[in-house]
Amino acid sequence: MTLTKADLVSSICKNEILNKAEAVRTVETLLEIIKKRLESGENVLISGFGKFCVKDKRPRRGRNPHTGEDLILEARRVVTFRPSGVLRKKLNQD
Amino acid sequence: MNKSELIEALAQETGLHRNVAEQVVKEVFSAMTESLINGEGVEIRGFGSFSIREYGSYTGRNPKTGEKISVKPKRLPFFKVGKGLRERVKNKVGQ
Repeated sequence: MTLTKADLVSSICKNEILNKAEAVRTVETLLEIIKKRLESGENVLISGFGKFCVKDKRPRRGRNPHTGEDLILEARRVVTFRPSGVLRKKLNQD
Repeated sequence: MNKSELIEALAQETGLHRNVAEQVVKEVFSAMTESLINGEGVEIRGFGSFSIREYGSYTGRNPKTGEKISVKPKRLPFFKVGKGLRERVKNKVGQ
């Protein structure tokens, strides 16, 4: 089963780190801090897990795959994730 | 921002003790890691989702020496940015 926010909250409770209400609030705050940093253009490095990076993309010519129409894709900023070596190793142990 | 700065910021914003904030951060990322190890995805609304992609083996080349090498099959996590975060970041380009 896919891990969701509710699962993160329950594993914090199960390990008796916080009660449920506090865990909900803390997980929300944690995610919001990461999002705010990325929004401000800063990369977020979680050692042992990976790095969330912001990258600027230049405008480019694209095409609507449905109508075949040519269009210009505006310059934009995107978030990418680079898994850490530790995480890659853990996923390829067998 | 790195992990210890994240822990510090979390402690400050929530008023929790630094040790507790650290336990929360560690628990969150180890739960995600565990799920990925089990071949299961992670889906956090407004932030993004992780899925596992399987890559088959292929013959690659050492770009420096041109030497042929066989690359073993591997699994890699793939992150897809959530809609909320994507929209918040999108227009900040050039700032």
